[in-house]
Amino acid sequence: MKVYADCAATTPCDKKVVEAMSPYFTEQFGNADSQHYYGRETAKAVADAREAVADIIGCKPNELYFTGSGTESDNWALKGAALHRRDKGNHVIISSIEHHAVLVAAEWLENNGFEVTRLPVDGTGLVHAEDLEKAIDDRTTIVSVMYANNEVGTIQPVRELAEIAHRHGALFHTDCVQAIPYMNIDVKDLGADLITISGHKFYGPKGVGALYIRNGVKIDKLVCGGGQERAQRGGTTNTPAVVGMARALQLSREDLDKNNAYIASLRDHFERRVEAEIPYIRQNGNKNHRVPSISNYSFEFVEGEGILMLLDFNGIAVSSGSACSSGSLDPSHVLLAMGVPIEVSHGSIRFSFGKHNTIEEVDYIVDKLKETISRLREMSPLFDLKKGGTYNV
Amino acid sequence: MYNQKVLEAFAHPQNVGEIENPDGEGTVGNATCGDIMRITLRIENDVITDAKFQTFGCAAAIATSSTATQMVIGMTVDEALKLTNARVVEELEGLPPQKIHCSVLAEEAIKKAIEDYRAKKEGKTTDKTKVDYV
Repeated sequence: MKVYADCAATTPCDKKVVEAMSPYFTEQFGNADSQHYYGRETAKAVADAREAVADIIGCKPNELYFTGSGTESDNWALKGAALHRRDKGNHVIISSIEHHAVLVAAEWLENNGFEVTRLPVDGTGLVHAEDLEKAIDDRTTIVSVMYANNEVGTIQPVRELAEIAHRHGALFHTDCVQAIPYMNIDVKDLGADLITISGHKFYGPKGVGALYIRNGVKIDKLVCGGGQERAQRGGTTNTPAVVGMARALQLSREDLDKNNAYIASLRDHFERRVEAEIPYIRQNGNKNHRVPSISNYSFEFVEGEGILMLLDFNGIAVSSGSACSSGSLDPSHVLLAMGVPIEVSHGSIRFSFGKHNTIEEVDYIVDKLKETISRLREMSPLFDLKKGGTYNV
Repeated sequence: MYNQKVLEAFAHPQNVGEIENPDGEGTVGNATCGDIMRITLRIENDVITDAKFQTFGCAAAIATSSTATQMVIGMTVDEALKLTNARVVEELEGLPPQKIHCSVLAEEAIKKAIEDYRAKKEGKTTDKTKVDYV
């Protein structure tokens, strides 16, 4: 049996999306900037895609800029705003649990003379408004806090945070990559000046994203080149990808509530069984404020890479927050920020379900997970010592 | 990222567990990544006749633990002291560069277990719960 439960990493492209994209690889291959027939046809498809996405998130089409990925949008928002507004100040605020796209872009800013404050989170991964109030001052140019976290799924109070940012004359950016597959995003509702989305978390194609920039907000360009995207982002428009992203987003809105309820029911079934059948675990996240897809657990005394690989041997695809599986040797910054002890964070696995998953698949995952955990625990000196009660790491 | 030999050693590790009343035992931790390995040895006339391991760590740590215990069984303690992590990695036909540090643990755990054996022979007592970080 093969089970894909890593939807926070990526999702398969919907066949209807592939169908929508297909003509733009072959027949309608024109460059959207060309003035001839081929170009005009393509430009129309790009305009339609822009309008479709803009319509869904409640912005004007000219506030939406297509990019090559969520990562590019995050980089553009953060660096572009900080650089453009450096006359106001050199202070940038992000949360400590941002995606690497924001985290590393902030490091880049730090290396280039900016001061970066990383907001703490509580044990459930939630940013608190008072921490932003404390950190922000009149030199702050941009605040960036993601809407839903990619590792534990916690949903942040972005509306409240945006208000605080605005009170201090700072822009507010939110990475909605993990939120938009499951939540209605309305730019006016959120109050954000800059919003990142990506195509491939809601059954759309990879290699495409978008940045919403509220009209009137000025940020520096990141990708210099031709006059594409209202001369704000160079590079020939990836027509099939933007068409695919728009189609996927439209499809995801059609059954949003139904799919969310279904995915949440799978997750709840999974969590009930895991919590009843596997001892010494810790759930990471916030049960009241989270997207329906993500379930993150630490399995004490064992290491995530081993879990991931043994599950993989059984055809199960999940992700690990373990240091050892990342190559960097750093444990998950999200779990550490949440106060998860390092040795516990090593045994963390993210399960992220999607509409394609079935209850049988979830049961199969739990069955194999139980086997895997007990097998690794048999090998673990920590578990042995825990049983003997003499050991304290 | 792992070769077939490493995957095999991880999927079917040998010598998992612990020897009761071992002649030598050593627990070491890896300061880089938090892995912990415990090795117990049965030693008769300075020859290692059995070795078992318990490891908290990634697939590379488990694979190297398994392979290292297989390699030392039959060695004299002097031979086992000369076993390097490079030899264990060679036996596994290589590890990804960022995983080389995982193999150090096996070498150190075996060294510590042999030191424990020698200390015992001299009638000294050792702290069994202490983890040396390498």
